[in-house]
Amino acid sequence: MRLYFKYMSIHLKSQMQYRTSFFLMSFGQFFIPFMVFGGLYLMFERFGQLKGWSFFEVALCFSVIHLSFSLSECFARGFDAFSSLVGKGDFDRLLVRPRSAALQVLGSKFEFTRIGRLLQSGIVFIWSVSNLPGLWTFPKLLALLFMVFNGLLIFTGIFILAATFCFWTIQALEVANVFTDGGREMAQYPLNIYEKGVTRFFTFIIPFGCVSYLPLMYILDKREGDMLLPLLMPFGGALFLIPCLLIWRIGVKHYRSTGS
Amino acid sequence: MSRNNGMIRLEGIGKSFKVATRTAGLKEAAKALFARKHTVVEALKDISFSIGEGEVVGYIGPNGAGKSTTIKVMSGILVPDDGSCSIMGYTPWKDRAEYVKHIGVVFGQRSQLWWDVPVLDSFELLRDIYKIPEAQYKANISMLTEMLALETIVQMPVRQLSLGQRMRCEIAASLLHSPKLLFLDEPTIGLDAVSKLAVRSFIKKLNKEQGVTVILTTHDMSDIEALASRILMIGKGSLLYDGSLEELKGRFGSGKTVTVDYRGESGPIEIPGAAMLEWSAERAVYSFDPEQLTLAEIVSRLSAFVEVVDIEVVAKDIDEMIVRLYEEHKI
Repeated sequence: MRLYFKYMSIHLKSQMQYRTSFFLMSFGQFFIPFMVFGGLYLMFERFGQLKGWSFFEVALCFSVIHLSFSLSECFARGFDAFSSLVGKGDFDRLLVRPRSAALQVLGSKFEFTRIGRLLQSGIVFIWSVSNLPGLWTFPKLLALLFMVFNGLLIFTGIFILAATFCFWTIQALEVANVFTDGGREMAQYPLNIYEKGVTRFFTFIIPFGCVSYLPLMYILDKREGDMLLPLLMPFGGALFLIPCLLIWRIGVKHYRSTGS
Repeated sequence: MSRNNGMIRLEGIGKSFKVATRTAGLKEAAKALFARKHTVVEALKDISFSIGEGEVVGYIGPNGAGKSTTIKVMSGILVPDDGSCSIMGYTPWKDRAEYVKHIGVVFGQRSQLWWDVPVLDSFELLRDIYKIPEAQYKANISMLTEMLALETIVQMPVRQLSLGQRMRCEIAASLLHSPKLLFLDEPTIGLDAVSKLAVRSFIKKLNKEQGVTVILTTHDMSDIEALASRILMIGKGSLLYDGSLEELKGRFGSGKTVTVDYRGESGPIEIPGAAMLEWSAERAVYSFDPEQLTLAEIVSRLSAFVEVVDIEVVAKDIDEMIVRLYEEHKI
Protein backbone atom coordinates (compact mmCIF):
# COMPACT_ATOMS: atom_id res chain seq x y z
CA MET A 1 0.00 0.00 0.00
CA ARG A 2 2.88 2.30 0.83
CA LEU A 3 4.32 1.56 -2.57
CA TYR A 4 1.01 2.45 -4.18
CA PHE A 5 1.23 5.93 -2.68
CA LYS A 6 4.80 6.24 -3.87
CA TYR A 7 3.64 5.45 -7.36
CA MET A 8 0.94 8.03 -6.92
CA SER A 9 3.36 10.72 -5.86
CA ILE A 10 5.66 10.15 -8.82
CA HIS A 11 2.71 10.41 -11.18
CA LEU A 12 1.50 13.54 -9.46
CA LYS A 13 4.93 15.05 -9.95
CA SER A 14 4.83 14.07 -13.62
CA GLN A 15 1.41 15.52 -14.13
CA MET A 16 2.42 18.78 -12.50
CA GLN A 17 5.02 19.18 -15.23
CA TYR A 18 2.19 19.97 -17.58
CA ARG A 19 0.13 22.33 -15.53
CA THR A 20 -1.86 24.07 -18.23
CA SER A 21 -2.87 20.82 -19.80
CA PHE A 22 -3.81 19.51 -16.37
CA PHE A 23 -6.10 22.44 -15.63
CA LEU A 24 -7.72 22.38 -19.05
CA MET A 25 -8.36 18.66 -18.82
CA SER A 26 -9.76 18.95 -15.31
CA PHE A 27 -11.95 21.81 -16.46
CA GLY A 28 -13.25 19.67 -19.31
CA GLN A 29 -13.83 16.77 -16.97
CA PHE A 30 -15.86 19.06 -14.76
CA PHE A 31 -18.27 19.84 -17.56
CA ILE A 32 -18.84 16.42 -19.11
CA PRO A 33 -21.02 15.05 -16.30
CA PHE A 34 -22.35 18.56 -15.78
CA MET A 35 -24.10 18.29 -19.13
CA VAL A 36 -25.60 14.96 -18.18
CA PHE A 37 -26.69 16.40 -14.88
CA GLY A 38 -28.21 19.39 -16.68
CA GLY A 39 -30.30 16.96 -18.69
CA LEU A 40 -31.44 15.29 -15.50
CA TYR A 41 -32.42 18.63 -14.01
CA LEU A 42 -34.43 19.66 -17.06
CA MET A 43 -36.19 16.32 -17.12
CA PHE A 44 -37.38 16.82 -13.57
CA GLU A 45 -38.38 20.41 -14.34
CA ARG A 46 -40.80 18.88 -16.81
CA PHE A 47 -41.99 15.69 -15.13
CA GLY A 48 -41.52 16.44 -11.45
CA GLN A 49 -40.60 12.92 -10.42
CA LEU A 50 -39.38 9.54 -11.62
CA LYS A 51 -41.27 6.46 -10.46
CA GLY A 52 -41.69 7.94 -7.03
CA TRP A 53 -38.18 9.34 -6.80
CA SER A 54 -37.77 13.07 -6.37
CA PHE A 55 -35.14 15.16 -8.10
CA PHE A 56 -32.76 15.26 -5.14
CA GLU A 57 -33.11 11.56 -4.54
CA VAL A 58 -32.13 10.78 -8.10
CA ALA A 59 -29.38 13.39 -7.89
CA LEU A 60 -27.97 11.57 -4.88
CA CYS A 61 -28.01 8.29 -6.77
CA PHE A 62 -26.36 10.02 -9.70
CA SER A 63 -23.64 11.60 -7.61
CA VAL A 64 -22.75 8.40 -5.77
CA ILE A 65 -22.16 6.55 -9.02
CA HIS A 66 -20.25 9.45 -10.54
CA LEU A 67 -18.07 9.81 -7.45
CA SER A 68 -17.19 6.12 -7.67
CA PHE A 69 -16.55 6.36 -11.37
CA SER A 70 -14.28 9.38 -11.22
CA LEU A 71 -12.32 7.91 -8.33
CA SER A 72 -11.86 4.65 -10.18
CA GLU A 73 -10.78 6.45 -13.32
CA CYS A 74 -8.22 8.32 -11.30
CA PHE A 75 -6.85 5.47 -9.22
CA ALA A 76 -7.37 2.40 -11.36
CA ARG A 77 -6.44 4.06 -14.63
CA GLY A 78 -3.52 1.67 -14.95
CA PHE A 79 -5.88 -1.15 -15.82
CA ASP A 80 -7.93 1.08 -18.09
CA ALA A 81 -4.83 1.94 -20.08
CA PHE A 82 -3.45 -1.57 -19.87
CA SER A 83 -3.57 -2.38 -23.56
CA SER A 84 -0.82 0.10 -24.29
CA LEU A 85 1.29 -1.41 -21.52
CA VAL A 86 1.04 -4.83 -23.14
CA GLY A 87 1.30 -3.47 -26.65
CA LYS A 88 4.55 -1.65 -25.94
CA GLY A 89 5.96 -4.65 -24.14
CA ASP A 90 6.32 -2.78 -20.88
CA PHE A 91 4.46 -5.50 -19.08
CA ASP A 92 7.61 -7.63 -19.31
CA ARG A 93 9.36 -4.98 -17.33
CA LEU A 94 6.80 -5.31 -14.53
CA LEU A 95 7.32 -9.06 -14.44
CA VAL A 96 11.03 -8.75 -13.70
CA ARG A 97 10.28 -6.81 -10.56
CA PRO A 98 9.64 -8.52 -7.25
CA ARG A 99 6.13 -7.17 -6.71
CA SER A 100 2.69 -8.34 -7.71
CA ALA A 101 1.80 -7.54 -11.27
CA ALA A 102 -1.62 -6.17 -10.30
CA LEU A 103 -0.14 -3.63 -7.91
CA GLN A 104 2.38 -2.49 -10.47
CA VAL A 105 -0.24 -2.13 -13.17
CA LEU A 106 -2.35 -0.13 -10.77
CA GLY A 107 0.66 2.06 -10.13
CA SER A 108 1.52 2.43 -13.79
CA LYS A 109 -0.95 5.21 -14.40
CA PHE A 110 -3.05 7.74 -12.56
CA GLU A 111 -5.43 10.19 -14.12
CA PHE A 112 -5.52 13.16 -11.81
CA THR A 113 -7.49 15.27 -14.25
CA ARG A 114 -10.54 13.32 -13.07
CA ILE A 115 -10.52 15.69 -10.15
CA GLY A 116 -12.77 17.89 -12.29
CA ARG A 117 -15.37 15.17 -12.56
CA LEU A 118 -14.91 14.35 -8.89
CA LEU A 119 -15.49 17.94 -7.91
CA GLN A 120 -18.63 18.18 -9.98
CA SER A 121 -20.04 14.97 -8.53
CA GLY A 122 -19.05 16.12 -5.05
CA ILE A 123 -21.02 19.32 -5.46
CA VAL A 124 -24.10 17.45 -6.63
CA PHE A 125 -23.65 15.03 -3.73
CA ILE A 126 -23.53 17.76 -1.10
CA TRP A 127 -26.33 19.68 -2.74
CA SER A 128 -28.66 16.68 -2.74
CA VAL A 129 -27.71 15.53 0.76
CA SER A 130 -28.42 18.98 2.17
CA ASN A 131 -31.77 19.11 0.38
CA LEU A 132 -32.96 15.74 1.55
CA PRO A 133 -34.41 15.68 5.06
CA GLY A 134 -33.24 13.12 7.56
CA LEU A 135 -29.98 12.19 5.90
CA TRP A 136 -27.78 13.80 8.48
CA THR A 137 -27.37 10.75 10.67
CA PHE A 138 -24.11 8.98 11.16
CA PRO A 139 -25.11 5.53 9.87
CA LYS A 140 -26.69 6.97 6.75
CA LEU A 141 -23.68 9.08 5.85
CA LEU A 142 -21.43 6.13 6.58
CA ALA A 143 -23.54 3.95 4.30
CA LEU A 144 -23.20 6.55 1.54
CA LEU A 145 -19.44 6.52 2.02
CA PHE A 146 -19.40 2.73 1.78
CA MET A 147 -21.44 2.94 -1.39
CA VAL A 148 -18.96 5.26 -3.06
CA PHE A 149 -16.02 3.15 -1.94
CA ASN A 150 -17.48 -0.15 -3.10
CA GLY A 151 -18.67 1.43 -6.31
CA LEU A 152 -15.05 2.31 -6.90
CA LEU A 153 -14.17 -1.36 -6.45
CA ILE A 154 -16.81 -2.47 -8.95
CA PHE A 155 -15.55 -0.09 -11.61
CA THR A 156 -12.02 -1.23 -10.87
CA GLY A 157 -13.16 -4.83 -11.30
CA ILE A 158 -14.54 -4.03 -14.74
CA PHE A 159 -11.31 -2.29 -15.68
CA ILE A 160 -9.35 -5.36 -14.56
CA LEU A 161 -11.64 -7.62 -16.54
CA ALA A 162 -11.21 -5.50 -19.65
CA ALA A 163 -7.45 -5.40 -19.12
CA THR A 164 -7.34 -9.17 -18.87
CA PHE A 165 -8.78 -9.49 -22.34
CA CYS A 166 -5.73 -7.66 -23.64
CA PHE A 167 -3.75 -10.82 -23.02
CA TRP A 168 -5.74 -12.51 -25.74
CA THR A 169 -6.35 -9.64 -28.06
CA ILE A 170 -3.91 -6.79 -28.01
CA GLN A 171 -6.42 -4.18 -29.03
CA ALA A 172 -8.41 -2.61 -26.26
CA LEU A 173 -11.84 -4.06 -26.14
CA GLU A 174 -14.49 -1.44 -26.67
CA VAL A 175 -16.92 -4.00 -25.31
CA ALA A 176 -15.70 -3.18 -21.84
CA ASN A 177 -16.91 0.38 -22.21
CA VAL A 178 -20.42 -0.97 -22.48
CA PHE A 179 -20.05 -2.02 -18.88
CA THR A 180 -18.09 0.93 -17.49
CA ASP A 181 -19.72 3.81 -19.29
CA GLY A 182 -22.91 1.86 -19.81
CA GLY A 183 -23.01 0.71 -16.21
CA ARG A 184 -22.47 4.23 -15.03
CA GLU A 185 -25.22 5.62 -17.24
CA MET A 186 -27.67 2.94 -16.08
CA ALA A 187 -26.82 2.97 -12.42
CA GLN A 188 -26.98 6.72 -12.05
CA TYR A 189 -30.77 6.36 -12.09
CA PRO A 190 -32.74 4.26 -9.64
CA LEU A 191 -32.77 0.76 -11.07
CA ASN A 192 -36.51 0.27 -10.68
CA ILE A 193 -37.17 2.37 -13.77
CA TYR A 194 -35.75 -0.38 -15.98
CA GLU A 195 -36.93 -3.77 -17.15
CA LYS A 196 -36.61 -6.64 -14.70
CA GLY A 197 -33.77 -8.21 -16.71
CA VAL A 198 -31.67 -5.07 -16.63
CA THR A 199 -32.23 -4.64 -12.92
CA ARG A 200 -31.22 -8.23 -12.25
CA PHE A 201 -28.13 -7.92 -14.40
CA PHE A 202 -26.95 -4.89 -12.46
CA THR A 203 -27.71 -6.54 -9.15
CA PHE A 204 -26.31 -10.01 -9.55
CA ILE A 205 -23.83 -9.94 -12.46
CA ILE A 206 -22.29 -6.49 -12.16
CA PRO A 207 -23.62 -5.45 -8.79
CA PHE A 208 -24.02 -1.71 -9.29
CA GLY A 209 -27.39 -2.08 -7.59
CA CYS A 210 -25.63 -2.94 -4.35
CA VAL A 211 -23.89 0.39 -4.26
CA SER A 212 -26.68 2.63 -5.49
CA TYR A 213 -30.30 1.63 -5.80
CA LEU A 214 -30.68 -1.03 -3.11
CA PRO A 215 -29.07 0.74 -0.15
CA LEU A 216 -30.62 4.02 -1.22
CA MET A 217 -34.07 2.48 -0.72
CA TYR A 218 -33.28 2.19 2.96
CA ILE A 219 -31.35 5.38 3.29
CA LEU A 220 -34.21 7.33 1.73
CA ASP A 221 -36.75 5.47 3.85
CA LYS A 222 -38.47 3.95 0.83
CA ARG A 223 -38.26 0.60 2.46
CA GLU A 224 -38.43 -0.26 6.13
CA GLY A 225 -35.56 -2.12 7.62
CA ASP A 226 -32.60 -2.18 9.88
CA MET A 227 -29.90 0.40 9.05
CA LEU A 228 -27.44 -2.47 9.16
CA LEU A 229 -28.67 -3.59 5.75
CA PRO A 230 -27.59 -0.56 3.72
CA LEU A 231 -24.35 -0.51 5.66
CA LEU A 232 -23.51 -4.07 4.65
CA MET A 233 -25.03 -4.17 1.19
CA PRO A 234 -22.36 -2.10 -0.56
CA PHE A 235 -19.76 -4.68 0.40
CA GLY A 236 -21.70 -7.15 -1.69
CA GLY A 237 -20.56 -5.06 -4.61
CA ALA A 238 -16.96 -5.54 -3.61
CA LEU A 239 -17.38 -9.30 -4.01
CA PHE A 240 -17.40 -8.62 -7.71
CA LEU A 241 -13.69 -7.84 -7.48
CA ILE A 242 -12.83 -11.39 -6.44
CA PRO A 243 -13.70 -13.20 -9.68
CA CYS A 244 -12.14 -10.31 -11.60
CA LEU A 245 -8.84 -10.77 -9.83
CA LEU A 246 -9.01 -14.54 -10.36
CA ILE A 247 -9.55 -14.08 -14.08
CA TRP A 248 -6.70 -11.58 -14.08
CA ARG A 249 -4.39 -14.21 -12.66
CA ILE A 250 -5.40 -16.64 -15.37
CA GLY A 251 -4.63 -13.93 -17.89
CA VAL A 252 -1.16 -13.33 -16.48
CA LYS A 253 -0.52 -17.06 -16.56
CA HIS A 254 -1.63 -17.22 -20.16
CA TYR A 255 0.62 -14.30 -21.03
CA ARG A 256 3.60 -15.96 -19.47
CA SER A 257 3.07 -19.14 -21.42
CA THR A 258 2.41 -17.53 -24.78
CA GLY A 259 4.35 -14.34 -24.54
CA SER A 260 1.87 -12.50 -26.69
CA MET B 1 34.61 -24.12 -18.99
CA SER B 2 37.08 -24.45 -16.22
CA ARG B 3 35.69 -21.81 -13.91
CA ASN B 4 32.16 -22.86 -14.57
CA ASN B 5 30.44 -23.43 -11.27
CA GLY B 6 27.05 -23.61 -12.90
CA MET B 7 25.43 -20.42 -11.67
CA ILE B 8 23.10 -20.72 -14.63
CA ARG B 9 22.12 -24.07 -16.00
CA LEU B 10 19.70 -24.58 -18.85
CA GLU B 11 18.83 -28.04 -19.99
CA GLY B 12 16.74 -28.94 -22.98
CA ILE B 13 14.70 -25.76 -22.94
CA GLY B 14 12.06 -25.79 -25.64
CA LYS B 15 9.34 -23.32 -26.44
CA SER B 16 6.92 -23.12 -29.29
CA PHE B 17 4.32 -20.52 -30.10
CA LYS B 18 1.08 -20.83 -31.95
CA VAL B 19 0.97 -18.22 -34.64
CA ALA B 20 -2.18 -17.42 -36.53
CA THR B 21 -1.60 -17.69 -40.23
CA ARG B 22 -3.61 -15.78 -42.71
CA THR B 23 -3.36 -15.76 -46.42
CA ALA B 24 -3.83 -12.55 -48.34
CA GLY B 25 -7.18 -11.37 -49.56
CA LEU B 26 -10.36 -10.05 -48.04
CA LYS B 27 -12.15 -13.36 -48.31
CA GLU B 28 -9.41 -15.11 -46.43
CA ALA B 29 -9.38 -12.38 -43.81
CA ALA B 30 -13.09 -12.84 -43.27
CA LYS B 31 -12.60 -16.57 -43.00
CA ALA B 32 -9.85 -16.04 -40.47
CA LEU B 33 -12.27 -14.17 -38.25
CA PHE B 34 -14.11 -17.39 -37.57
CA ALA B 35 -11.71 -20.24 -38.10
CA ARG B 36 -8.14 -19.27 -37.55
CA LYS B 37 -5.43 -21.51 -38.78
CA HIS B 38 -2.52 -21.88 -36.47
CA THR B 39 0.97 -22.94 -37.26
CA VAL B 40 3.30 -23.88 -34.51
CA VAL B 41 6.60 -22.05 -34.54
CA GLU B 42 9.39 -23.55 -32.55
CA ALA B 43 11.10 -20.57 -31.00
CA LEU B 44 13.54 -22.59 -28.93
CA LYS B 45 14.65 -26.14 -29.56
CA ASP B 46 16.50 -28.09 -26.93
CA ILE B 47 18.66 -25.25 -25.66
CA SER B 48 21.24 -26.32 -23.10
CA PHE B 49 24.16 -24.42 -21.72
CA SER B 50 25.64 -23.44 -18.44
CA ILE B 51 27.27 -20.23 -17.37
CA GLY B 52 29.55 -19.77 -14.42
CA GLU B 53 29.59 -16.97 -11.92
CA GLY B 54 31.57 -13.96 -13.06
CA GLU B 55 31.40 -14.73 -16.76
CA VAL B 56 30.50 -12.20 -19.43
CA VAL B 57 28.64 -13.99 -22.18
CA GLY B 58 27.64 -12.54 -25.50
CA TYR B 59 24.40 -14.01 -26.74
CA ILE B 60 24.13 -13.45 -30.45
CA GLY B 61 22.08 -14.46 -33.42
CA PRO B 62 20.11 -12.90 -36.25
CA ASN B 63 16.76 -11.25 -35.63
CA GLY B 64 14.05 -13.72 -34.74
CA ALA B 65 16.53 -16.44 -33.80
CA GLY B 66 15.18 -16.80 -30.28
CA LYS B 67 17.49 -14.48 -28.35
CA SER B 68 14.84 -12.53 -26.57
CA THR B 69 12.75 -15.64 -25.97
CA THR B 70 15.71 -17.15 -24.14
CA ILE B 71 16.22 -13.98 -22.15
CA LYS B 72 12.53 -13.96 -21.27
CA VAL B 73 12.73 -17.55 -20.06
CA MET B 74 15.85 -16.82 -18.05
CA SER B 75 14.37 -13.71 -16.46
CA GLY B 76 11.21 -15.52 -15.42
CA ILE B 77 8.80 -13.72 -17.74
CA LEU B 78 8.09 -16.69 -19.95
CA VAL B 79 7.32 -20.28 -19.01
CA PRO B 80 8.97 -22.75 -21.41
CA ASP B 81 7.22 -25.87 -22.71
CA ASP B 82 9.93 -28.27 -21.71
CA GLY B 83 13.35 -28.41 -20.21
CA SER B 84 14.69 -27.19 -16.93
CA CYS B 85 16.50 -24.09 -15.88
CA SER B 86 18.21 -23.35 -12.64
CA ILE B 87 19.72 -19.98 -11.91
CA MET B 88 21.28 -19.40 -8.52
CA GLY B 89 19.17 -22.31 -7.34
CA TYR B 90 15.89 -20.80 -8.52
CA THR B 91 13.63 -21.88 -11.31
CA PRO B 92 12.95 -18.44 -12.78
CA TRP B 93 9.32 -18.93 -13.80
CA LYS B 94 8.33 -20.73 -10.63
CA ASP B 95 10.04 -18.59 -8.03
CA ARG B 96 9.58 -15.37 -10.00
CA ALA B 97 9.04 -12.93 -7.15
CA GLU B 98 11.93 -14.26 -5.10
CA TYR B 99 14.25 -14.81 -8.05
CA VAL B 100 13.97 -11.39 -9.70
CA LYS B 101 15.35 -9.72 -6.59
CA HIS B 102 18.72 -11.10 -7.62
CA ILE B 103 18.76 -10.10 -11.25
CA GLY B 104 18.90 -6.85 -13.14
CA VAL B 105 17.46 -6.46 -16.61
CA VAL B 106 18.11 -3.69 -19.08
CA PHE B 107 15.99 -3.66 -22.21
CA GLY B 108 17.84 -1.34 -24.54
CA GLN B 109 14.71 -0.37 -26.39
CA ARG B 110 12.40 0.19 -23.46
CA SER B 111 12.84 2.51 -20.57
CA GLN B 112 12.30 1.62 -16.96
CA LEU B 113 12.56 5.21 -15.83
CA TRP B 114 9.62 7.52 -15.36
CA TRP B 115 9.67 9.94 -18.22
CA ASP B 116 8.69 13.25 -16.67
CA VAL B 117 10.41 13.23 -13.31
CA PRO B 118 14.08 13.61 -12.36
CA VAL B 119 16.07 10.39 -12.60
CA LEU B 120 16.64 10.41 -8.87
CA ASP B 121 12.89 10.14 -8.26
CA SER B 122 12.80 7.03 -10.42
CA PHE B 123 15.68 5.60 -8.43
CA GLU B 124 13.83 6.25 -5.21
CA LEU B 125 10.72 4.52 -6.46
CA LEU B 126 12.83 1.53 -7.49
CA ARG B 127 14.31 1.54 -4.02
CA ASP B 128 10.79 1.09 -2.65
CA ILE B 129 9.84 -1.51 -5.24
CA TYR B 130 12.88 -3.63 -4.44
CA LYS B 131 12.78 -2.77 -0.73
CA ILE B 132 16.45 -1.88 -0.79
CA PRO B 133 17.83 -1.08 2.68
CA GLU B 134 18.76 2.59 3.00
CA ALA B 135 22.46 1.98 3.62
CA GLN B 136 22.81 -0.31 0.63
CA TYR B 137 20.87 2.13 -1.53
CA LYS B 138 23.08 5.04 -0.58
CA ALA B 139 26.24 3.05 -1.17
CA ASN B 140 25.04 1.88 -4.56
CA ILE B 141 23.90 5.34 -5.62
CA SER B 142 27.23 6.88 -4.80
CA MET B 143 29.14 4.08 -6.50
CA LEU B 144 27.00 4.20 -9.63
CA THR B 145 26.99 8.00 -9.83
CA GLU B 146 30.73 7.96 -9.72
CA MET B 147 31.33 5.09 -12.11
CA LEU B 148 28.81 6.27 -14.68
CA ALA B 149 29.38 10.00 -14.18
CA LEU B 150 25.77 10.73 -13.32
CA GLU B 151 26.11 13.64 -10.84
CA THR B 152 24.85 16.30 -13.18
CA ILE B 153 22.14 14.28 -14.86
CA VAL B 154 20.28 12.62 -12.00
CA GLN B 155 18.50 15.86 -11.23
CA MET B 156 17.13 16.15 -14.74
CA PRO B 157 13.87 14.69 -15.99
CA VAL B 158 14.41 11.70 -18.23
CA ARG B 159 12.81 13.35 -21.24
CA GLN B 160 15.59 15.94 -21.32
CA LEU B 161 18.38 13.38 -21.39
CA SER B 162 20.25 12.30 -24.48
CA LEU B 163 20.06 8.64 -25.41
CA GLY B 164 23.54 8.00 -24.07
CA GLN B 165 22.79 9.68 -20.76
CA ARG B 166 19.54 7.81 -20.53
CA MET B 167 21.19 4.47 -21.14
CA ARG B 168 23.69 5.16 -18.37
CA CYS B 169 20.77 5.89 -16.05
CA GLU B 170 18.95 2.75 -17.21
CA ILE B 171 21.95 0.65 -16.36
CA ALA B 172 22.31 2.33 -12.99
CA ALA B 173 18.61 1.75 -12.32
CA SER B 174 18.95 -1.96 -12.92
CA LEU B 175 21.85 -2.23 -10.49
CA LEU B 176 20.42 -0.39 -7.48
CA HIS B 177 19.45 -3.62 -5.76
CA SER B 178 22.93 -5.16 -6.23
CA PRO B 179 21.93 -8.01 -8.52
CA LYS B 180 24.39 -10.82 -9.06
CA LEU B 181 23.27 -11.38 -12.60
CA LEU B 182 22.69 -8.69 -15.19
CA PHE B 183 20.84 -9.17 -18.47
CA LEU B 184 21.62 -6.54 -21.05
CA ASP B 185 19.39 -6.60 -24.09
CA GLU B 186 21.05 -4.47 -26.75
CA PRO B 187 22.53 -1.96 -24.33
CA THR B 188 24.41 0.05 -26.95
CA ILE B 189 21.68 0.30 -29.57
CA GLY B 190 21.57 3.76 -31.07
CA LEU B 191 24.37 5.15 -28.93
CA ASP B 192 27.14 7.40 -30.23
CA ALA B 193 30.75 6.28 -30.04
CA VAL B 194 31.56 8.06 -26.79
CA SER B 195 28.53 6.68 -24.94
CA LYS B 196 29.19 3.21 -26.31
CA LEU B 197 32.69 3.24 -24.94
CA ALA B 198 31.49 4.58 -21.59
CA VAL B 199 28.87 1.85 -21.29
CA ARG B 200 31.35 -0.84 -22.27
CA SER B 201 34.05 0.21 -19.88
CA PHE B 202 31.49 0.37 -17.10
CA ILE B 203 30.25 -3.14 -17.76
CA LYS B 204 33.81 -4.38 -17.80
CA LYS B 205 34.56 -2.70 -14.52
CA LEU B 206 31.38 -3.93 -12.93
CA ASN B 207 32.21 -7.47 -13.89
CA LYS B 208 35.77 -7.22 -12.67
CA GLU B 209 35.22 -5.35 -9.44
CA GLN B 210 31.86 -6.63 -8.31
CA GLY B 211 31.94 -10.02 -9.97
CA VAL B 212 28.55 -9.46 -11.57
CA THR B 213 27.73 -12.07 -14.18
CA VAL B 214 26.63 -10.46 -17.42
CA ILE B 215 24.58 -11.85 -20.28
CA LEU B 216 24.54 -9.53 -23.20
CA THR B 217 22.61 -9.65 -26.44
CA THR B 218 23.69 -7.36 -29.19
CA HIS B 219 24.05 -6.96 -32.93
CA ASP B 220 27.12 -4.84 -32.46
CA MET B 221 30.05 -7.21 -32.71
CA SER B 222 32.45 -4.67 -31.31
CA ASP B 223 30.46 -4.92 -28.06
CA ILE B 224 31.18 -8.61 -28.03
CA GLU B 225 34.81 -8.09 -28.91
CA ALA B 226 35.25 -5.57 -26.13
CA LEU B 227 33.32 -7.42 -23.44
CA ALA B 228 32.53 -11.05 -23.92
CA SER B 229 34.95 -13.82 -23.20
CA ARG B 230 32.46 -16.31 -24.46
CA ILE B 231 29.91 -16.37 -27.24
CA LEU B 232 26.68 -18.27 -27.45
CA MET B 233 25.15 -18.17 -30.88
CA ILE B 234 21.57 -19.10 -31.57
CA GLY B 235 19.86 -19.48 -34.90
CA LYS B 236 16.37 -20.71 -35.73
CA GLY B 237 15.89 -21.67 -32.11
CA SER B 238 18.93 -23.91 -31.79
CA LEU B 239 22.21 -23.27 -30.10
CA LEU B 240 24.84 -23.27 -32.86
CA TYR B 241 28.04 -22.16 -31.24
CA ASP B 242 29.35 -22.04 -27.72
CA GLY B 243 32.94 -21.03 -27.28
CA SER B 244 35.42 -18.24 -26.97
CA LEU B 245 35.96 -15.45 -29.42
CA GLU B 246 39.56 -16.55 -29.99
CA GLU B 247 38.40 -19.98 -31.00
CA LEU B 248 36.07 -18.41 -33.51
CA LYS B 249 38.87 -16.30 -34.89
CA GLY B 250 41.10 -19.34 -35.17
CA ARG B 251 38.44 -21.18 -37.07
CA PHE B 252 38.03 -18.60 -39.75
CA GLY B 253 41.69 -17.95 -40.30
CA SER B 254 43.78 -14.88 -39.91
CA GLY B 255 42.59 -13.21 -43.07
CA LYS B 256 43.16 -9.51 -43.62
CA THR B 257 41.68 -6.91 -45.84
CA VAL B 258 43.75 -4.27 -47.60
CA THR B 259 42.35 -1.05 -49.01
CA VAL B 260 44.57 0.70 -51.52
CA ASP B 261 44.03 4.26 -52.75
CA TYR B 262 45.73 4.78 -56.07
CA ARG B 263 46.22 7.37 -58.77
CA GLY B 264 46.27 6.61 -62.47
CA GLU B 265 44.03 4.96 -65.02
CA SER B 266 43.69 1.23 -64.95
CA GLY B 267 41.22 -1.57 -65.28
CA PRO B 268 40.84 -4.03 -62.41
CA ILE B 269 44.15 -5.66 -61.58
CA GLU B 270 44.03 -9.31 -60.57
CA ILE B 271 46.53 -10.42 -57.96
CA PRO B 272 47.15 -14.17 -57.66
CA GLY B 273 46.48 -15.32 -54.12
CA ALA B 274 44.26 -12.37 -53.18
CA ALA B 275 40.56 -11.91 -53.75
CA MET B 276 39.38 -8.63 -55.16
CA LEU B 277 36.49 -7.27 -53.12
CA GLU B 278 36.12 -3.90 -54.79
CA TRP B 279 37.61 -1.98 -57.69
CA SER B 280 36.70 1.58 -58.45
CA ALA B 281 38.49 4.62 -59.76
CA GLU B 282 41.05 5.53 -57.12
CA ARG B 283 40.29 2.65 -54.75
CA ALA B 284 40.86 -1.11 -54.66
CA VAL B 285 40.06 -3.57 -51.89
CA TYR B 286 41.50 -7.08 -51.60
CA SER B 287 41.31 -9.75 -48.98
CA PHE B 288 44.33 -11.97 -48.46
CA ASP B 289 45.98 -14.41 -46.13
CA PRO B 290 49.30 -13.01 -44.83
CA GLU B 291 50.72 -16.50 -44.58
CA GLN B 292 50.30 -17.03 -48.31
CA LEU B 293 50.97 -13.59 -49.66
CA THR B 294 52.78 -10.61 -48.19
CA LEU B 295 51.56 -7.07 -48.28
CA ALA B 296 54.74 -6.00 -50.08
CA GLU B 297 53.94 -8.36 -52.93
CA ILE B 298 50.50 -6.85 -53.34
CA VAL B 299 51.84 -3.33 -53.31
CA SER B 300 54.65 -4.05 -55.73
CA ARG B 301 52.24 -5.79 -58.09
CA LEU B 302 49.90 -2.80 -58.03
CA SER B 303 52.75 -0.29 -58.37
CA ALA B 304 53.59 -1.78 -61.73
CA PHE B 305 50.33 -0.35 -63.09
CA VAL B 306 49.28 2.58 -60.89
CA GLU B 307 50.71 5.00 -58.36
CA VAL B 308 49.86 3.76 -54.86
CA VAL B 309 48.86 6.68 -52.64
CA ASP B 310 47.66 5.11 -49.42
CA ILE B 311 47.33 1.66 -47.88
CA GLU B 312 45.16 0.48 -45.04
CA VAL B 313 45.23 -3.04 -43.66
CA VAL B 314 42.63 -4.40 -41.23
CA ALA B 315 42.25 -7.79 -39.64
CA LYS B 316 39.16 -9.63 -40.78
CA ASP B 317 36.36 -8.18 -38.88
CA ILE B 318 34.32 -10.15 -36.46
CA ASP B 319 31.10 -9.23 -38.26
CA GLU B 320 32.40 -11.10 -41.26
CA MET B 321 33.15 -14.15 -39.15
CA ILE B 322 29.67 -14.11 -37.73
CA VAL B 323 28.19 -13.89 -41.21
CA ARG B 324 30.35 -16.86 -42.20
CA LEU B 325 29.13 -18.72 -39.15
CA TYR B 326 25.53 -17.93 -40.06
CA GLU B 327 26.19 -19.15 -43.59
CA GLU B 328 27.74 -22.32 -42.32
CA HIS B 329 24.53 -23.11 -40.48
CA LYS B 330 22.32 -21.77 -43.26
CA ILE B 331 20.41 -19.30 -41.16
